[in-house]
Amino acid sequence: MYTEQVMDHFQNPRNMGEVENPDGVGEVGNPQCGDVMRITIKVGDNETIEDVKFKTLGCGAAIATSSMVTEMAKGKTLVEAQEISKKAVADALGGLPPQKMHCSNLASDGLKKAIEDYRAKQADK
Amino acid sequence: MNQDIFLDNAATTRTDPEVLEAMMPWLGDNYGSPATLYAFGAQAKQAIEQARQQLADLIGSEAKDLYFTSGATESNNWAIKGVCDALESKGRHIITEQAEHHSILLPCRYMEKKGWEVTYLPVDSDGLVDPADVKAAIREDTVLISIVHGNHEIGTIQPIAEIGAIAREAGVAFHVNAAQTVGHIPVDVEELSCDLMSISGHKFYGPKGVGALFARRGVRISPLIHGGGQEKKRRAGTHNVPGIVGLGKAAELARKNLKAESQRMAGLRDYIMEKIEANLEDIRLNGHRTKRLPNNVNYSIEGIEGESIMLSLSYPTAEDARAIFVSTGSACVSGTLEPSHILLSLGVPAELAHGSVRISLSRENTREDADYALNALFEVAERLRSMSPVYKRGAKQCASADSEDCDCESSC
Repeated sequence: MYTEQVMDHFQNPRNMGEVENPDGVGEVGNPQCGDVMRITIKVGDNETIEDVKFKTLGCGAAIATSSMVTEMAKGKTLVEAQEISKKAVADALGGLPPQKMHCSNLASDGLKKAIEDYRAKQADK
Repeated sequence: MNQDIFLDNAATTRTDPEVLEAMMPWLGDNYGSPATLYAFGAQAKQAIEQARQQLADLIGSEAKDLYFTSGATESNNWAIKGVCDALESKGRHIITEQAEHHSILLPCRYMEKKGWEVTYLPVDSDGLVDPADVKAAIREDTVLISIVHGNHEIGTIQPIAEIGAIAREAGVAFHVNAAQTVGHIPVDVEELSCDLMSISGHKFYGPKGVGALFARRGVRISPLIHGGGQEKKRRAGTHNVPGIVGLGKAAELARKNLKAESQRMAGLRDYIMEKIEANLEDIRLNGHRTKRLPNNVNYSIEGIEGESIMLSLSYPTAEDARAIFVSTGSACVSGTLEPSHILLSLGVPAELAHGSVRISLSRENTREDADYALNALFEVAERLRSMSPVYKRGAKQCASADSEDCDCESSC
Protein backbone atom coordinates (compact mmCIF):
# COMPACT_ATOMS: atom_id res chain seq x y z
CA MET A 1 0.00 0.00 0.00
CA TYR A 2 2.81 2.43 0.89
CA THR A 3 5.96 3.13 -1.10
CA GLU A 4 9.40 2.24 0.24
CA GLN A 5 10.10 5.92 0.87
CA VAL A 6 6.95 6.26 2.98
CA MET A 7 7.88 3.18 5.00
CA ASP A 8 11.42 4.47 5.44
CA HIS A 9 10.26 7.84 6.76
CA PHE A 10 7.62 6.14 8.91
CA GLN A 11 10.10 3.74 10.46
CA ASN A 12 13.05 6.12 10.64
CA PRO A 13 11.51 9.54 11.01
CA ARG A 14 13.84 12.51 10.50
CA ASN A 15 13.74 15.52 12.79
CA MET A 16 11.28 14.10 15.28
CA GLY A 17 10.81 16.14 18.41
CA GLU A 18 10.49 19.80 19.31
CA VAL A 19 12.87 22.67 18.64
CA GLU A 20 13.91 24.32 21.91
CA ASN A 21 12.55 27.85 22.29
CA PRO A 22 10.99 27.74 18.83
CA ASP A 23 10.54 30.91 16.77
CA GLY A 24 7.36 29.52 15.24
CA VAL A 25 4.90 26.76 16.06
CA GLY A 26 2.26 25.31 13.75
CA GLU A 27 -0.33 22.76 14.80
CA VAL A 28 -2.85 21.23 12.39
CA GLY A 29 -5.43 18.44 12.45
CA ASN A 30 -7.24 17.19 15.49
CA PRO A 31 -7.36 13.96 17.49
CA GLN A 32 -10.95 13.17 16.50
CA CYS A 33 -9.80 12.82 12.92
CA GLY A 34 -6.87 10.70 13.98
CA ASP A 35 -4.19 13.13 12.80
CA VAL A 36 -2.42 15.93 14.66
CA MET A 37 0.88 17.51 13.60
CA ARG A 38 2.98 20.00 15.47
CA ILE A 39 5.82 21.65 13.61
CA THR A 40 8.34 23.83 15.43
CA ILE A 41 10.91 25.99 13.64
CA LYS A 42 14.04 27.95 14.46
CA VAL A 43 14.65 30.83 12.06
CA GLY A 44 18.20 32.04 11.43
CA ASP A 45 19.89 34.72 9.33
CA ASN A 46 18.26 35.82 6.08
CA GLU A 47 15.03 34.24 7.22
CA THR A 48 16.26 30.71 6.62
CA ILE A 49 14.93 27.73 8.51
CA GLU A 50 17.85 26.75 10.70
CA ASP A 51 16.07 23.90 12.45
CA VAL A 52 12.69 22.26 12.13
CA LYS A 53 11.16 19.38 14.03
CA PHE A 54 7.82 17.60 14.11
CA LYS A 55 5.62 15.65 16.45
CA THR A 56 2.77 13.73 14.89
CA LEU A 57 -0.14 11.63 16.00
CA GLY A 58 -1.44 9.73 13.03
CA CYS A 59 -1.14 7.00 10.47
CA GLY A 60 1.89 5.94 8.46
CA ALA A 61 1.29 8.62 5.83
CA ALA A 62 0.85 11.34 8.46
CA ILE A 63 4.17 10.48 10.09
CA ALA A 64 6.04 10.04 6.81
CA THR A 65 4.83 13.34 5.32
CA SER A 66 5.75 15.14 8.54
CA SER A 67 9.23 13.70 8.44
CA MET A 68 9.61 14.52 4.74
CA VAL A 69 8.44 18.10 5.06
CA THR A 70 11.03 18.80 7.75
CA GLU A 71 13.77 17.45 5.48
CA MET A 72 12.52 19.56 2.59
CA ALA A 73 12.22 22.72 4.67
CA LYS A 74 15.58 22.66 6.43
CA GLY A 75 17.94 25.32 5.07
CA LYS A 76 15.27 26.90 2.90
CA THR A 77 14.20 30.52 3.27
CA LEU A 78 10.74 31.12 4.71
CA VAL A 79 9.47 32.18 1.30
CA GLU A 80 10.78 29.00 -0.29
CA ALA A 81 9.51 26.80 2.52
CA GLN A 82 6.05 28.30 2.28
CA GLU A 83 5.83 27.11 -1.26
CA ILE A 84 6.29 23.44 -0.41
CA SER A 85 3.00 21.94 -1.55
CA LYS A 86 1.19 18.81 -0.48
CA LYS A 87 1.84 17.38 -3.89
CA ALA A 88 5.59 18.09 -3.61
CA VAL A 89 5.70 16.25 -0.27
CA ALA A 90 3.76 13.30 -1.67
CA ASP A 91 5.93 13.22 -4.81
CA ALA A 92 9.11 13.21 -2.73
CA LEU A 93 7.75 10.11 -1.00
CA GLY A 94 7.09 8.38 -4.32
CA GLY A 95 3.35 9.05 -4.01
CA LEU A 96 0.64 8.38 -1.45
CA PRO A 97 -2.49 6.23 -1.69
CA PRO A 98 -5.30 8.47 -3.01
CA GLN A 99 -7.34 8.48 0.21
CA LYS A 100 -4.26 9.61 2.15
CA MET A 101 -3.69 12.65 -0.05
CA HIS A 102 -6.78 14.16 1.47
CA CYS A 103 -6.72 13.17 5.13
CA SER A 104 -3.14 12.63 6.21
CA ASN A 105 -1.09 15.02 4.12
CA LEU A 106 -1.24 18.00 6.44
CA ALA A 107 2.46 18.46 7.06
CA SER A 108 2.95 21.32 4.60
CA ASP A 109 -0.02 23.10 6.20
CA GLY A 110 1.65 22.66 9.58
CA LEU A 111 4.86 24.16 8.25
CA LYS A 112 2.97 27.13 6.74
CA LYS A 113 1.26 27.69 10.08
CA ALA A 114 4.59 27.67 11.89
CA ILE A 115 5.94 30.26 9.44
CA GLU A 116 2.82 32.42 9.88
CA ASP A 117 3.22 32.11 13.65
CA TYR A 118 6.83 33.30 13.35
CA ARG A 119 5.78 36.26 11.20
CA ALA A 120 2.98 37.19 13.58
CA LYS A 121 5.42 37.15 16.48
CA GLN A 122 7.88 39.32 14.53
CA ALA A 123 5.12 41.79 13.77
CA ASP A 124 4.28 42.02 17.48
CA LYS A 125 7.87 42.86 18.40
CA MET B 1 9.50 -21.87 8.90
CA ASN B 2 7.37 -18.79 8.94
CA GLN B 3 8.18 -16.90 12.11
CA ASP B 4 5.44 -14.33 11.70
CA ILE B 5 2.83 -14.09 14.43
CA PHE B 6 -0.68 -13.97 13.01
CA LEU B 7 -3.05 -12.33 15.50
CA ASP B 8 -5.78 -11.36 13.05
CA ASN B 9 -7.77 -14.57 13.22
CA ALA B 10 -11.13 -12.83 13.43
CA ALA B 11 -10.41 -11.78 9.85
CA THR B 12 -9.43 -15.22 8.68
CA THR B 13 -7.69 -18.39 9.86
CA ARG B 14 -5.22 -20.83 8.36
CA THR B 15 -6.94 -23.77 6.67
CA ASP B 16 -6.29 -26.82 8.82
CA PRO B 17 -3.95 -29.31 7.05
CA GLU B 18 -6.50 -32.08 7.64
CA VAL B 19 -9.16 -29.93 6.01
CA LEU B 20 -6.91 -29.28 3.05
CA GLU B 21 -6.24 -33.00 2.74
CA ALA B 22 -9.96 -33.78 2.75
CA MET B 23 -10.52 -31.20 0.00
CA MET B 24 -7.76 -32.30 -2.36
CA PRO B 25 -9.51 -35.20 -4.15
CA TRP B 26 -12.40 -32.85 -4.97
CA LEU B 27 -10.03 -30.37 -6.53
CA GLY B 28 -8.43 -33.18 -8.57
CA ASP B 29 -9.81 -36.36 -10.04
CA ASN B 30 -13.25 -36.21 -8.40
CA TYR B 31 -14.50 -33.22 -10.30
CA GLY B 32 -18.06 -34.42 -10.85
CA SER B 33 -20.98 -32.15 -10.03
CA PRO B 34 -23.37 -33.32 -7.31
CA ALA B 35 -26.32 -32.25 -9.43
CA THR B 36 -25.70 -34.93 -12.07
CA LEU B 37 -27.25 -38.37 -11.89
CA TYR B 38 -24.42 -40.64 -13.03
CA ALA B 39 -22.19 -42.30 -10.48
CA PHE B 40 -19.35 -39.80 -10.90
CA GLY B 41 -21.65 -37.03 -9.70
CA ALA B 42 -23.23 -39.19 -7.06
CA GLN B 43 -19.92 -39.43 -5.22
CA ALA B 44 -19.80 -35.66 -5.01
CA LYS B 45 -23.41 -35.60 -3.88
CA GLN B 46 -22.55 -38.04 -1.12
CA ALA B 47 -19.56 -35.93 -0.09
CA ILE B 48 -21.54 -32.71 0.27
CA GLU B 49 -24.32 -34.51 2.16
CA GLN B 50 -21.71 -35.83 4.57
CA ALA B 51 -20.43 -32.28 5.02
CA ARG B 52 -23.97 -31.07 5.66
CA GLN B 53 -24.31 -33.64 8.43
CA GLN B 54 -20.93 -32.71 9.93
CA LEU B 55 -21.95 -29.06 10.08
CA ALA B 56 -25.40 -29.93 11.43
CA ASP B 57 -23.77 -31.93 14.23
CA LEU B 58 -21.70 -28.90 15.20
CA ILE B 59 -24.68 -26.56 15.60
CA GLY B 60 -27.34 -29.04 16.71
CA SER B 61 -29.52 -28.59 13.64
CA GLU B 62 -31.16 -30.87 11.13
CA ALA B 63 -28.87 -31.40 8.14
CA LYS B 64 -31.72 -30.64 5.76
CA ASP B 65 -32.05 -27.14 7.24
CA LEU B 66 -28.53 -26.18 6.13
CA TYR B 67 -27.89 -24.50 2.78
CA PHE B 68 -24.37 -24.02 1.46
CA THR B 69 -23.38 -20.52 0.38
CA SER B 70 -20.21 -18.63 -0.50
CA GLY B 71 -19.77 -17.44 3.08
CA ALA B 72 -21.32 -15.43 5.88
CA THR B 73 -21.69 -12.26 3.80
CA GLU B 74 -23.89 -14.09 1.32
CA SER B 75 -25.76 -15.83 4.15
CA ASN B 76 -26.42 -12.50 5.89
CA ASN B 77 -27.60 -10.89 2.66
CA TRP B 78 -29.78 -13.87 1.88
CA ALA B 79 -31.33 -14.00 5.34
CA ILE B 80 -32.30 -10.33 5.27
CA LYS B 81 -33.33 -9.90 1.66
CA GLY B 82 -34.84 -13.38 1.40
CA VAL B 83 -37.02 -13.17 4.51
CA CYS B 84 -38.10 -9.63 3.67
CA ASP B 85 -39.05 -10.67 0.17
CA ALA B 86 -41.03 -13.69 1.34
CA LEU B 87 -42.86 -11.83 4.10
CA GLU B 88 -43.43 -8.50 2.42
CA SER B 89 -47.19 -8.89 2.60
CA LYS B 90 -46.97 -9.42 6.38
CA GLY B 91 -44.98 -6.32 7.17
CA ARG B 92 -42.00 -4.17 6.30
CA HIS B 93 -40.07 -3.71 9.53
CA ILE B 94 -36.67 -5.16 10.57
CA ILE B 95 -34.93 -4.96 13.94
CA THR B 96 -31.14 -5.08 14.25
CA GLU B 97 -28.50 -3.26 16.28
CA GLN B 98 -25.93 -0.54 15.63
CA ALA B 99 -22.75 -2.56 16.17
CA GLU B 100 -23.50 -5.14 13.48
CA HIS B 101 -21.12 -6.12 10.69
CA HIS B 102 -21.47 -4.24 7.41
CA SER B 103 -22.84 -7.39 5.78
CA ILE B 104 -25.91 -6.90 8.02
CA LEU B 105 -26.09 -3.11 8.11
CA LEU B 106 -25.75 -2.56 4.37
CA PRO B 107 -28.46 -5.06 3.36
CA CYS B 108 -30.67 -3.35 5.96
CA ARG B 109 -29.95 0.05 4.43
CA TYR B 110 -30.69 -1.43 1.03
CA MET B 111 -34.10 -2.56 2.33
CA GLU B 112 -34.68 0.93 3.73
CA LYS B 113 -34.14 2.33 0.25
CA LYS B 114 -36.81 -0.05 -0.95
CA GLY B 115 -39.24 1.35 1.57
CA TRP B 116 -38.65 -0.87 4.60
CA GLU B 117 -38.23 0.48 8.09
CA VAL B 118 -35.29 -0.65 10.18
CA THR B 119 -34.80 -0.19 13.91
CA TYR B 120 -31.10 -0.06 14.80
CA LEU B 121 -31.07 -0.78 18.52
CA PRO B 122 -28.40 0.91 20.61
CA VAL B 123 -25.79 -1.11 22.50
CA ASP B 124 -24.38 -0.28 25.91
CA SER B 125 -20.77 0.77 26.52
CA ASP B 126 -19.73 -2.91 26.46
CA GLY B 127 -21.53 -3.53 23.18
CA LEU B 128 -24.44 -5.48 24.67
CA VAL B 129 -27.98 -5.33 23.33
CA ASP B 130 -30.69 -5.22 25.99
CA PRO B 131 -33.27 -7.95 25.22
CA ALA B 132 -35.92 -5.65 26.71
CA ASP B 133 -35.12 -3.16 23.94
CA VAL B 134 -35.69 -5.88 21.37
CA LYS B 135 -39.02 -6.71 22.92
CA ALA B 136 -40.07 -3.07 23.00
CA ALA B 137 -39.08 -2.56 19.36
CA ILE B 138 -41.25 -5.40 18.01
CA ARG B 139 -44.25 -4.08 16.09
CA GLU B 140 -47.20 -5.62 14.35
CA ASP B 141 -45.35 -5.37 11.04
CA THR B 142 -41.96 -6.66 12.23
CA VAL B 143 -40.89 -9.63 10.12
CA LEU B 144 -37.25 -10.12 11.04
CA ILE B 145 -34.86 -9.63 13.94
CA SER B 146 -31.15 -9.98 13.16
CA ILE B 147 -28.57 -9.88 15.94
CA VAL B 148 -24.95 -11.00 15.78
CA HIS B 149 -23.85 -13.78 18.14
CA GLY B 150 -20.26 -12.68 18.76
CA ASN B 151 -19.10 -9.27 17.54
CA HIS B 152 -16.12 -9.60 15.18
CA GLU B 153 -14.41 -6.45 16.35
CA ILE B 154 -15.00 -6.13 20.09
CA GLY B 155 -15.79 -9.77 20.87
CA THR B 156 -18.94 -9.10 22.87
CA ILE B 157 -21.31 -12.08 22.97
CA GLN B 158 -24.96 -11.09 22.81
CA PRO B 159 -27.73 -12.67 24.93
CA ILE B 160 -28.99 -14.59 21.91
CA ALA B 161 -31.04 -17.22 23.77
CA GLU B 162 -33.01 -14.51 25.57
CA ILE B 163 -33.61 -12.56 22.38
CA GLY B 164 -34.53 -15.81 20.61
CA ALA B 165 -37.20 -16.56 23.20
CA ILE B 166 -38.64 -13.07 22.76
CA ALA B 167 -38.68 -13.41 18.97
CA ARG B 168 -40.32 -16.81 19.16
CA GLU B 169 -43.02 -15.59 21.51
CA ALA B 170 -43.75 -12.71 19.16
CA GLY B 171 -43.72 -14.99 16.12
CA VAL B 172 -40.96 -13.01 14.39
CA ALA B 173 -38.22 -14.74 12.39
CA PHE B 174 -34.88 -14.50 14.21
CA HIS B 175 -31.57 -14.46 12.34
CA VAL B 176 -28.19 -14.78 14.04
CA ASN B 177 -24.87 -14.04 12.37
CA ALA B 178 -22.68 -16.66 14.01
CA ALA B 179 -19.60 -16.22 11.82
CA GLN B 180 -17.37 -15.58 14.84
CA THR B 181 -18.84 -18.17 17.20
CA VAL B 182 -19.44 -21.39 15.26
CA GLY B 183 -16.39 -23.57 15.78
CA HIS B 184 -15.11 -21.37 18.60
CA ILE B 185 -17.73 -21.73 21.35
CA PRO B 186 -20.62 -24.18 21.71
CA VAL B 187 -23.46 -23.10 19.41
CA ASP B 188 -26.82 -24.87 19.38
CA VAL B 189 -29.66 -23.56 17.25
CA GLU B 190 -32.23 -25.07 19.63
CA GLU B 191 -30.75 -23.49 22.76
CA LEU B 192 -30.49 -20.17 20.97
CA SER B 193 -34.04 -20.40 19.55
CA CYS B 194 -32.93 -19.00 16.24
CA ASP B 195 -34.63 -19.55 12.89
CA LEU B 196 -31.74 -18.54 10.67
CA MET B 197 -27.99 -18.63 11.26
CA SER B 198 -25.04 -17.52 9.13
CA ILE B 199 -21.87 -19.60 9.19
CA SER B 200 -18.45 -18.94 7.63
CA GLY B 201 -15.91 -21.65 6.84
CA HIS B 202 -12.65 -19.70 6.96
CA LYS B 203 -13.30 -18.29 10.44
CA PHE B 204 -12.73 -21.70 11.98
CA TYR B 205 -9.88 -23.26 10.00
CA GLY B 206 -11.98 -24.12 6.95
CA PRO B 207 -11.46 -22.78 3.43
CA LYS B 208 -12.42 -19.32 2.20
CA GLY B 209 -15.37 -18.84 -0.11
CA VAL B 210 -17.70 -21.27 1.59
CA GLY B 211 -20.27 -20.98 4.34
CA ALA B 212 -23.83 -21.87 5.10
CA LEU B 213 -27.20 -20.52 6.08
CA PHE B 214 -29.24 -22.47 8.57
CA ALA B 215 -32.91 -21.88 7.81
CA ARG B 216 -35.26 -23.78 10.05
CA ARG B 217 -37.99 -25.74 8.25
CA GLY B 218 -41.07 -23.59 7.95
CA VAL B 219 -39.20 -20.28 7.88
CA ARG B 220 -40.25 -18.41 4.77
CA ILE B 221 -37.33 -17.18 2.70
CA SER B 222 -37.03 -16.42 -1.02
CA PRO B 223 -33.86 -17.35 -2.90
CA LEU B 224 -31.18 -14.71 -3.27
CA ILE B 225 -29.51 -16.44 -6.21
CA HIS B 226 -31.74 -17.85 -8.93
CA GLY B 227 -30.76 -20.45 -11.47
CA GLY B 228 -30.40 -24.21 -11.30
CA GLY B 229 -32.19 -26.42 -8.83
CA GLN B 230 -29.34 -26.87 -6.35
CA GLU B 231 -29.97 -26.76 -2.58
CA LYS B 232 -33.64 -27.63 -2.97
CA LYS B 233 -34.05 -24.77 -5.47
CA ARG B 234 -33.17 -22.26 -2.76
CA ARG B 235 -29.58 -21.46 -3.69
CA ALA B 236 -28.66 -21.91 -7.32
CA GLY B 237 -25.18 -22.53 -8.71
CA THR B 238 -22.96 -25.58 -9.04
CA HIS B 239 -21.77 -26.63 -5.62
CA ASN B 240 -18.32 -25.62 -4.46
CA VAL B 241 -17.62 -29.27 -3.68
CA PRO B 242 -14.04 -28.92 -2.38
CA GLY B 243 -15.05 -25.96 -0.23
CA ILE B 244 -18.11 -27.70 1.15
CA VAL B 245 -16.13 -30.85 1.95
CA GLY B 246 -13.55 -28.63 3.69
CA LEU B 247 -16.25 -26.85 5.66
CA GLY B 248 -17.63 -30.20 6.78
CA LYS B 249 -14.21 -31.41 7.84
CA ALA B 250 -13.54 -28.17 9.73
CA ALA B 251 -16.86 -28.63 11.53
CA GLU B 252 -15.97 -32.18 12.47
CA LEU B 253 -12.56 -31.13 13.81
CA ALA B 254 -14.01 -28.16 15.69
CA ARG B 255 -16.61 -30.33 17.37
CA LYS B 256 -13.95 -32.75 18.57
CA ASN B 257 -11.85 -30.09 20.29
CA LEU B 258 -14.42 -27.41 21.02
CA LYS B 259 -14.61 -27.22 24.80
CA ALA B 260 -10.92 -27.73 25.52
CA GLU B 261 -9.81 -25.34 22.76
CA SER B 262 -12.31 -22.72 23.80
CA GLN B 263 -11.05 -22.83 27.39
CA ARG B 264 -7.39 -22.79 26.41
CA MET B 265 -7.98 -19.82 24.15
CA ALA B 266 -9.91 -17.93 26.81
CA GLY B 267 -6.99 -18.55 29.18
CA LEU B 268 -4.56 -17.06 26.67
CA ARG B 269 -6.93 -14.13 26.05
CA ASP B 270 -7.15 -13.40 29.78
CA TYR B 271 -3.36 -13.64 30.08
CA ILE B 272 -2.96 -11.09 27.29
CA MET B 273 -5.53 -8.76 28.80
CA GLU B 274 -3.88 -8.90 32.23
CA LYS B 275 -0.49 -8.23 30.72
CA ILE B 276 -1.73 -5.28 28.65
CA GLU B 277 -3.46 -3.75 31.64
CA ALA B 278 -0.36 -4.19 33.80
CA ASN B 279 1.99 -2.65 31.24
CA LEU B 280 0.10 0.10 29.43
CA GLU B 281 -1.43 3.18 31.01
CA ASP B 282 -4.30 5.20 29.55
CA ILE B 283 -6.05 2.43 27.69
CA ARG B 284 -9.67 1.37 27.28
CA LEU B 285 -10.93 -2.18 26.99
CA ASN B 286 -13.39 -2.37 24.10
CA GLY B 287 -16.14 -4.95 24.48
CA HIS B 288 -17.47 -6.83 27.48
CA ARG B 289 -14.87 -8.14 29.92
CA THR B 290 -16.39 -11.60 30.40
CA LYS B 291 -19.21 -12.00 27.86
CA ARG B 292 -16.55 -12.17 25.23
CA LEU B 293 -15.28 -14.37 22.42
CA PRO B 294 -12.44 -16.54 23.74
CA ASN B 295 -10.11 -15.32 21.00
CA ASN B 296 -10.77 -11.57 21.08
CA VAL B 297 -8.75 -8.79 22.73
CA ASN B 298 -9.46 -5.15 21.84
CA TYR B 299 -8.02 -2.05 23.48
CA SER B 300 -7.85 1.60 22.58
CA ILE B 301 -4.49 3.13 23.36
CA GLU B 302 -4.68 6.84 24.04
CA GLY B 303 -2.52 9.29 22.15
CA ILE B 304 -1.70 7.09 19.17
CA GLU B 305 -3.35 5.94 16.00
CA GLY B 306 -4.17 2.37 15.05
CA GLU B 307 -2.76 2.16 11.56
CA SER B 308 0.66 3.27 12.77
CA ILE B 309 0.55 0.58 15.45
CA MET B 310 -0.46 -2.02 12.90
CA LEU B 311 2.24 -0.94 10.44
CA SER B 312 4.95 -0.82 13.08
CA LEU B 313 4.14 -4.34 14.22
CA SER B 314 3.85 -5.79 10.74
CA TYR B 315 7.06 -4.17 9.41
CA PRO B 316 9.51 -4.43 12.30
CA THR B 317 12.81 -2.63 11.72
CA ALA B 318 15.18 -5.03 13.48
CA GLU B 319 16.54 -7.62 11.08
CA ASP B 320 15.65 -10.74 13.06
CA ALA B 321 12.36 -9.38 14.43
CA ARG B 322 9.16 -11.32 13.78
CA ALA B 323 6.32 -9.57 11.98
CA ILE B 324 3.08 -9.38 13.93
CA PHE B 325 -0.32 -9.01 12.32
CA VAL B 326 -3.16 -7.32 14.19
CA SER B 327 -6.08 -5.13 13.17
CA THR B 328 -7.46 -1.72 14.10
CA GLY B 329 -10.67 0.29 14.03
CA SER B 330 -8.90 3.40 12.79
CA ALA B 331 -10.41 5.38 9.91
CA CYS B 332 -7.17 4.89 7.99
CA VAL B 333 -8.05 1.25 7.61
CA SER B 334 -11.79 1.56 7.08
CA GLY B 335 -11.29 3.52 3.87
CA THR B 336 -13.51 6.34 5.12
CA LEU B 337 -12.91 9.38 7.29
CA GLU B 338 -14.79 7.73 10.12
CA PRO B 339 -13.31 5.30 12.59
CA SER B 340 -15.09 2.01 13.29
CA HIS B 341 -18.86 2.43 13.59
CA ILE B 342 -18.79 -0.34 16.17
CA LEU B 343 -16.52 1.53 18.56
CA LEU B 344 -18.52 4.73 18.03
CA SER B 345 -21.73 2.85 18.83
CA LEU B 346 -20.27 1.98 22.26
CA GLY B 347 -19.77 5.67 22.91
CA VAL B 348 -15.99 5.45 22.45
CA PRO B 349 -14.76 8.95 21.48
CA ALA B 350 -13.48 9.16 17.90
CA GLU B 351 -9.91 9.89 19.04
CA LEU B 352 -9.87 6.66 21.03
CA ALA B 353 -11.57 4.68 18.28
CA HIS B 354 -8.70 5.67 15.96
CA GLY B 355 -6.28 4.17 18.45
CA SER B 356 -7.85 0.74 18.79
CA VAL B 357 -5.95 -2.51 18.40
CA ARG B 358 -7.62 -5.88 17.97
CA ILE B 359 -5.71 -9.04 18.73
CA SER B 360 -7.63 -12.15 17.65
CA LEU B 361 -6.20 -15.54 18.47
CA SER B 362 -6.16 -18.92 16.82
CA ARG B 363 -5.33 -22.32 18.17
CA GLU B 364 -1.85 -21.91 16.71
CA ASN B 365 -0.94 -19.03 19.00
CA THR B 366 1.14 -19.87 22.03
CA ARG B 367 1.95 -18.01 25.22
CA GLU B 368 5.46 -17.41 23.84
CA ASP B 369 3.97 -15.79 20.73
CA ALA B 370 1.79 -13.65 22.96
CA ASP B 371 4.75 -12.54 25.09
CA TYR B 372 6.76 -11.66 22.02
CA ALA B 373 3.89 -9.76 20.42
CA LEU B 374 3.04 -7.88 23.59
CA ASN B 375 6.61 -6.77 24.17
CA ALA B 376 6.65 -5.48 20.61
CA LEU B 377 3.30 -3.75 21.16
CA PHE B 378 4.54 -2.03 24.33
CA GLU B 379 7.66 -0.80 22.55
CA VAL B 380 5.63 0.48 19.61
CA ALA B 381 3.14 2.22 21.89
CA GLU B 382 5.98 3.90 23.79
CA ARG B 383 7.67 5.00 20.58
CA LEU B 384 4.51 6.36 18.96
CA ARG B 385 3.46 8.10 22.14
CA SER B 386 6.86 9.80 22.28
CA MET B 387 6.10 11.14 18.81
CA SER B 388 2.57 12.22 19.66
CA PRO B 389 1.99 15.97 20.13
CA VAL B 390 -1.13 15.35 22.21
CA TYR B 391 -0.31 12.45 24.53
CA LYS B 392 0.37 13.34 28.12
CA ARG B 393 0.72 10.42 30.49
CA GLY B 394 -2.28 10.05 32.79
CA ALA B 395 -4.08 13.08 31.31
CA LYS B 396 -7.33 12.54 29.46
CA GLN B 397 -6.17 14.51 26.46
CA CYS B 398 -9.02 13.24 24.37
CA ALA B 399 -11.47 15.10 26.60
CA SER B 400 -9.76 18.39 25.88
CA ALA B 401 -11.98 21.43 25.54
CA ASP B 402 -11.27 22.09 21.88
CA SER B 403 -12.30 18.62 20.80
CA GLU B 404 -15.93 19.58 21.33
CA ASP B 405 -16.15 21.91 18.41
CA CYS B 406 -14.20 19.66 16.10
CA ASP B 407 -15.36 19.79 12.53
CA CYS B 408 -13.99 16.55 11.22
CA GLU B 409 -15.06 17.00 7.60
CA SER B 410 -13.16 20.20 7.15
CA SER B 411 -10.01 19.32 9.03
CA CYS B 412 -9.45 15.68 8.13
